[in-house]
Amino acid sequence: MTGQGFTVITVALDKTAEDARPWIEKAQPTHPALIDTRHVLADLYNVVNVPTIFWIDERGRIVRPNDVAFGTDTFKHITGLESARHLAALRAWVSGRTPAPGADEVRRQQPLPSAEDQQARAEFGLGQWLWAQGRPAAAERHFVRGGELAPHDFTIRRGTMPMRGIDPMGPQFREMLQSWVGAGRPYYRPLPDTAGTKEN
Amino acid sequence: MSTFTIIDGERAVAVPARVSGGRVVLEAAGLKDALGWEVHDGLLCNDAMCIPLPDASALTRDDGVDLAAFAAALDRAVAVDVAERAAFLGGSARERAQALASQQAPDFTLPDLAGRPHSLAEHRGKKILLVAWASW
Repeated sequence: MTGQGFTVITVALDKTAEDARPWIEKAQPTHPALIDTRHVLADLYNVVNVPTIFWIDERGRIVRPNDVAFGTDTFKHITGLESARHLAALRAWVSGRTPAPGADEVRRQQPLPSAEDQQARAEFGLGQWLWAQGRPAAAERHFVRGGELAPHDFTIRRGTMPMRGIDPMGPQFREMLQSWVGAGRPYYRPLPDTAGTKEN
Repeated sequence: MSTFTIIDGERAVAVPARVSGGRVVLEAAGLKDALGWEVHDGLLCNDAMCIPLPDASALTRDDGVDLAAFAAALDRAVAVDVAERAAFLGGSARERAQALASQQAPDFTLPDLAGRPHSLAEHRGKKILLVAWASW
């Protein structure tokens, strides 16, 4: 689909470019594949987990906010999400066969950050800076505090695990996942299907 | 006076400061030099604007500027590590929420693997699928 009128931009919320490199080099993308060690995108777009996708139109407006969608079916057994549904909707929107969701619908679906969410991100920011300065013990305090303020923010709680020597697939992650499921899976959703989804 | 490192986005600047009773007090002249803000006549001002201070006395203490009150006046989150003498000025929840509610996609500039910067705005005029992902 990539061409004059459309591009993908990927942003890796990883502790270093080296963490993301093997995936990017394997994919050999023709689109920008960016690295975001400081979680600039999470801060500006209120991203709390990955993958999170957005559709942005020609005028720079968000027309599909904070949605969860996968490019493949690797995690379908966990998430129940089929990549084909999003891809069909995306193709229909890019080709102009279906319009983007209307402004009112987008406004309703757009999650907005609270003061606590932003405090958690500031704690992450200080922790990340301290970690980059070679002060992991000091960083730990702020990663923990950030996780307390935003207990369901995976970009903070799970995303810092590689900086803290914690396995991001291990028991601490499974514990977080369980409490998130128990809380009714806050934030996480596939958005309602757009008209294009049912084509194909 | 020793310094405190204030991290504001990509910048980290050392501002003369002391810690008193658990509060970080920045030297007023240092705040102006490092971050461009100063307090006068009950206002907090930089080159572009002035913000009225409901309680200027909370901001100014002992010829210095209270860091927590300074962040609160700007409606910005602040995370502080007194032992490391470092503080991170985060984004304002109100500003972030207003920006997202406007539906205009916030611009950003980030590097690719080769360190080349790319910004969202370069792609204006195209439809974009923006994907946040991670290796973890």
